[in-house]
Amino acid sequence: MPQSGRALLEAASSASFTPTGVSLHSVTKVFGDVVAVAELNLEVHAGEFFSMLGPSGSGKTTVLRMIAGFEDVTSGAIELDGVDVTRTAPFDRNVNTVFQDYALFPHLTIAENVGYGLRVRKMGKPETAERVERALQQVRLAHTADRLPHQLSGGQRQRIALARALILQPSVLLLDEPLGALDKQLREEMQVELKQIQREVGITFIFVTHDQEEALTLSDRIAVFNNGCIEQVGTPNEVYEFPQTAFVAGFLGISNLIAPAHASVITGIDKLISVRPERVRLADAASTVAADETSVLGTVYETVYTGPATRYIIETAAGLRLTAERHNDHHPTAAAAFGRGDAVRAIWKTDHVSIVP
Amino acid sequence: MTSTVPRVTTPGQGRVQPAGRKPLSTRLHRSPRLRLLGLLALPLTWLVGVYIFSLVMLLVTAFWRTDPFTSKVIPGFTLDNFVRLVENPAYLSTSLRTLSIALLVTLLSVMFSIPLGIFMAKVASPWLRAFLAVAITLPLWAGYLVKILAMRITFTENGFFNSALEPLGLSGPGFSYTTVVLTLTYLWFPYMALPVYTAVRQIPANLFDASADLGARSWTTIRTVVVPLLKPALIAGSIFTFSLSLGDYLAAKFVGGSTQMIGSVIASNINLNPPIAAAFSVVPIVFVLVYLFAVRKTGALDRM
Repeated sequence: MPQSGRALLEAASSASFTPTGVSLHSVTKVFGDVVAVAELNLEVHAGEFFSMLGPSGSGKTTVLRMIAGFEDVTSGAIELDGVDVTRTAPFDRNVNTVFQDYALFPHLTIAENVGYGLRVRKMGKPETAERVERALQQVRLAHTADRLPHQLSGGQRQRIALARALILQPSVLLLDEPLGALDKQLREEMQVELKQIQREVGITFIFVTHDQEEALTLSDRIAVFNNGCIEQVGTPNEVYEFPQTAFVAGFLGISNLIAPAHASVITGIDKLISVRPERVRLADAASTVAADETSVLGTVYETVYTGPATRYIIETAAGLRLTAERHNDHHPTAAAAFGRGDAVRAIWKTDHVSIVP
Repeated sequence: MTSTVPRVTTPGQGRVQPAGRKPLSTRLHRSPRLRLLGLLALPLTWLVGVYIFSLVMLLVTAFWRTDPFTSKVIPGFTLDNFVRLVENPAYLSTSLRTLSIALLVTLLSVMFSIPLGIFMAKVASPWLRAFLAVAITLPLWAGYLVKILAMRITFTENGFFNSALEPLGLSGPGFSYTTVVLTLTYLWFPYMALPVYTAVRQIPANLFDASADLGARSWTTIRTVVVPLLKPALIAGSIFTFSLSLGDYLAAKFVGGSTQMIGSVIASNINLNPPIAAAFSVVPIVFVLVYLFAVRKTGALDRM
C-alpha cells in the first residue's frame, strides 16, 4: 500500500467516527415526466462499504444525491440511523460527499479547501489551522497547502477531496465515482487505499460506480441498479455467482446466458441459466465428460487474447454462442490451445450453473 | 514544360497556382511586418487619430483660458481652471456627489445582479432563463432618453408613485438625488447583470453542492464561493456602471431637479467656458483611473 494511503488511514483512525446506517423507504424521484428512481427500498448497514453499481442513467447517482440532500425526494423517506432526514438540508446532515470531479473550490488554496467545512462551522482559527495542517501532513500533501487546486495532479486532488470530507468526521461518506477520472494504475492504487481507510475508520461508505470490477473489489455489499430500480442486493460473491436477473448476470462480468430453449436441450433445465466463462473449459470434440459435468459441442468462432487469459467464443450447431476463458498458465511461448474453426467440446460442472429466476 | 501546359489539377487538392505568380497572400505570408501593418492599419487610425488625439486636445484645452468679455478661448498655459475646481465649494461638492452617485449605482447593480444571476443560471427553467435574458437586455434596445422619460413619468412630481402614495400622506422620491441614482441604475444595470449572469453560469453546479455538503448555508456559499468566483465579472460590470454614471448629465437634468452632476457643469460651460469644461472633464477620468488602479491592486485584473 502506498505511503500516502497509510498516512491518511492513520489520520482518519485517530479521529472519532460513529458509523450510521442509512435506510430508504419507497423512495421515488421524478424529473419532469421521467421517473429516475422508482419506489426504492434499501438498507445500508452501519459501517459497511456499500456500492451502488449500474450503467449511467440507472438512478444510482440520483439516490446518492438524495441521501446527501442535494435532490429533493418526490415521495418516500430517507433515514440516517433511524432519524428521518427526508426534508433536512444538506448542511444539516452528518454526511459528506466526495464528488466525481472532486469539486474543489478553484479560488481557494488547498489548505483553505480542506479547512472549508471547519471554517463554516466557526471553528477557531488556530484549531482549524492545526487540524488542516495535520490532515495535509498525513496525506503527505503538506507541501501543497498554499497551491491552488489546478496546480495539483488528479490523484492529489482526489486525496484532497477525501481529506476535505473526512476532516468533518461524517457518519456516512458518499463517494460519487471518485476514481472515474484517474488512470487505471492510479485507480487500482486508490481502490486499495479507500478500502483500508474504510476498514480503519469504520464509517459507512456509499460508493457509486459503473465499474463492476471496482464494485466487486471494494464492497461488502453491492446494489445493482437498472432503470431506476434495484435488480439485486448482495455480497460481491452473491451478485457475481448467483445473479437474480438476466441484467445482473450480463452487467457483472461476462456471462453465458443460455436461453430456456437451448438450456433444456443441453441440460434438461427449462429455464434461463447462467454459467461464467471461467467455469467453462474446452476440450477436443472427442473427449469424454465426467458424470457431474455438462457439455456441448461447437466450433471456435473467435479467440481473444487479453494477457492473463484467452477467451474463446464457441458457436454450437444450434447457433448458441458461449464464451470460455482459459487462464494463460501455460508456457509463454506456447501456441494457443485452439484456433478458429477447431471443433471443440465446452464443458462445465453441472452444479456450477446458476439458474436465473 | 511549355507555356501551354495547363494548370495542374489534382482531384481533391484544389487548384495549384501557375509558376511565377505570387498572390498577395503569399507575399503577406513571407513578410510578418506587412502582415502586422495590414492587421493594425484601421484600428490604429481610429485609436490614435481620433480617440487619443481628441482626448489629448481635451487635456490641452484644460490649460487654456477664456476671455471673460468675449468668451473667446485663448491658447496658453494656466492652472487657473484646476485651481477653481478645487477652490470653488460648488465644484468640489458636485464632484463628490457625482462620485457617490456612481458608487451607489454600482453597489445597487451588484446587489441586484448576483441573486438574479444565480436564479437565472441555476434555478430558472430554460424558458424562464431566456425570458429573463431578454427582459434584462430589452432596455438596451430602447433609446436612452426614452428610458429617462419612463423614470420621470414613474417617479417625479406627478408621477405614479406620488399619485399612489398621496392618499397615505406620503410622497415618492420626486426630482431628487434618489431618482437620479435609480434612473442611472436602471440605465446601466444590464452592463452588470449580463457579465454576472454569464459568470454564474460558468460556476460548476458541484461547487454549490460541495459547499452545502461541507456545512455552508446559502448565504455563506454566496459569500465564500460565488462572490469570489464572480470577481472578474463584477469588476468588468462595475467599470461600466461606474464610469457611465460618472459621465452622465441627462439623468440629473431630467429627473434630478436641483441635483447637479459633473456632467451638468460641463454641459453648462461647454459654450461659455470650454477650458473649465475641459478641466472638469478630467475629474471623472481621474476617478476612473483611481478605481482601475485600486482594482489592479487587488490582483483581480491578473486573469483578465
